[in-house]
Amino acid sequence: MPAVAAQTWCDRCGEAAASGAHEQCAAARALEPPRYCARCRRRMKVQVLPIGWSAICVEHGEIRS
Amino acid sequence: MPEILDQARDQVLHNGVGLDEAGVLAVLNLPDEHLSATLQLAHEVRMRWCGPEVEVEGIVSLKTGGCPEDCHFCSQSGLFTSPVRSVWLDIPSLVQAAKQTAATGATEFCIVAAVRGPDDRLMKQMREGVAAIKAEVDIQVAASLGMLTQEQVDELVDMGVHRYNHNLETCRSYFPNVVTTHSWEERWETLRMVRESGMEVCCGGILGLGETVEQRAEFAAQLAELDPHEVPLNFLNPRPGTPLGDRPVVEGRDALRAIAAFRLAMPRTILRYAGGREITLGDLGTRDGLLGGINAVIVGNYLTTLGRPATDDLKLLDELKMPVKALSATL
Repeated sequence: MPAVAAQTWCDRCGEAAASGAHEQCAAARALEPPRYCARCRRRMKVQVLPIGWSAICVEHGEIRS
Repeated sequence: MPEILDQARDQVLHNGVGLDEAGVLAVLNLPDEHLSATLQLAHEVRMRWCGPEVEVEGIVSLKTGGCPEDCHFCSQSGLFTSPVRSVWLDIPSLVQAAKQTAATGATEFCIVAAVRGPDDRLMKQMREGVAAIKAEVDIQVAASLGMLTQEQVDELVDMGVHRYNHNLETCRSYFPNVVTTHSWEERWETLRMVRESGMEVCCGGILGLGETVEQRAEFAAQLAELDPHEVPLNFLNPRPGTPLGDRPVVEGRDALRAIAAFRLAMPRTILRYAGGREITLGDLGTRDGLLGGINAVIVGNYLTTLGRPATDDLKLLDELKMPVKALSATL
């Protein structure tokens, strides 16, 4: 696994990262956890906690805030 | 000074009697030039009948997503194309969340599940979870699990759940526009059972669902009739994939007017900032609401979205000289 994952997909809307600036998505992500895996576009299992969150992609594993 | 504010000063501030539906509507229709005076009066009412303390709460989703209901604002409905996937929280993580919440100074921890009503699996998870929290964390446990049977109400009481949240969400006349898979009356029935059980009733809703100002006033009056211990006030945060995903957010001044109006309808209730305040009001508006009738906050994150850091809210309360309510030993 590479040290820095490729951001192929927008982790908020699930569209191709290169399809636009995704400025609204970036702004919204300040108050939202990611929903899509940025590497494969799979919807992730996301658990929001009072402090922090975790998101699991079945292919690429877990990320946490 | 508008006549309605003079009336409210006498009736609500001095005598503790909330405004009726017509009075709330008059407040909601006040022009912007009177907003400051309205918030000031609502703040005086809150200080007179509730005091300066602020109740702080954290919430966590025990079961996220996959809900069979069609609440049009909710990203957790399994009927919409929302990106939220179904997930369950395990007991150790639940206890950890309760510890994190208690560490902020919060006295309330509400366990929430996206369900029509609890099934056996969820009730078992609640039994184990509440017991584990009570064994390790000094915090009061509340629950929000949808519509209940009498047996489930009794079981939650036995577990030691002291408050139950079940939002009516909006007024009776507008509810069918927001939810079609169950009725406003079914929700009211659960609230009736909760009240009779001795658990504290927590019931509020969401503003900005497309309701009219008149329906907002109707909602305040219906909540006042219910007389809940706590009213969480949410502002719609439009969620992608939901039927209300493209609705505009509530304008800040309208949100503040609503906060003041709901306080003037319910002078003694715990009126809590819940979801959506970050996008509707921002930092300045959050402060204005706390000086306009709000006397409780959800700190930290929500169920599927994030809130501002708990430390920011606690710092603001300190600046406003509003002490965080201490853990009650009366329950």
